[in-house]
Amino acid sequence: MTRVIVTVMPREGVLDPQGQAVQGALGRLGFSGIHDVRLGRRIELELDDPDPLGTARAMCERLLANALIEDFSVAIEE
Amino acid sequence: MVAVVRFPGSLDHESAVRAVRAAGGEATYAWHADHELPDGTGAVIIPGGFSYGDHLRPGAIASRSPIMDAVRRHAEAGGLVLGICNGFQVLCEAGLLPGVLRTNATTAFVCRQVELEVLDHDTPFTRGLGSALSVPIKNHDGAWFGNPQRARIVLSYGAENPLGSVASAAGVANTAGNVLGLMPHPEEAVDPLLGSTDGLGLFTALVHA
Repeated sequence: MTRVIVTVMPREGVLDPQGQAVQGALGRLGFSGIHDVRLGRRIELELDDPDPLGTARAMCERLLANALIEDFSVAIEE
Repeated sequence: MVAVVRFPGSLDHESAVRAVRAAGGEATYAWHADHELPDGTGAVIIPGGFSYGDHLRPGAIASRSPIMDAVRRHAEAGGLVLGICNGFQVLCEAGLLPGVLRTNATTAFVCRQVELEVLDHDTPFTRGLGSALSVPIKNHDGAWFGNPQRARIVLSYGAENPLGSVASAAGVANTAGNVLGLMPHPEEAVDPLLGSTDGLGLFTALVHA
């Protein structure tokens, strides 16, 4: 069994209104020097698969990420 | 016969059926797990709601459900498909319409009447419409994002752009014009009691398909 971590993030340059809202809230709490906050999604997969990274990438392309607005990365967690 | 597709989490399917009947037509339901549309289906409505709880992305899981293969075949054969609100999100996620619907620029759920401009009268849906429609919007993820040069923007919010969509798009059609998605709710604008009957014309087109 392999544990694959998929990270899906809003693409660079695409407006992230949720990240901006969080950034505003952190500022109101007194945190300073925040240049940017971006919100994404972490998906943990437990795979019994000879090519876990390839399968995870295919899952991202078919369902887990929308390439118009999101980038993804996949990594095996040791 | 107009087939209204229901997913777990659909909300506005009854309003869609009521709107079809108000336009003088007949409507029936199709279920997300079905592999075929009902016999005699002339047009399809994907209604509003929160299919599959909006999990992952709005419309993402519904767009991969079995009935969508039948909807795709119907569209490829030239049949009319109307996606309203969550239905618009489903059609974009299914690749039947260009672009994607994103969280509103203000991150707020927006629920109110809007005035739409009809930019393109050369689709089966919009042929009989006037230049403006008064209909409600109610959504949280209604900001259309895509390339306006490669999309057929049929309906616009005009200068107001309450959700922050690219090119102020409210409704987008495919190149052929037989698939239309829109975030506003024409099915909630078919009875004078609700302040507007401007939505009726879209359903008249479906009934005569």
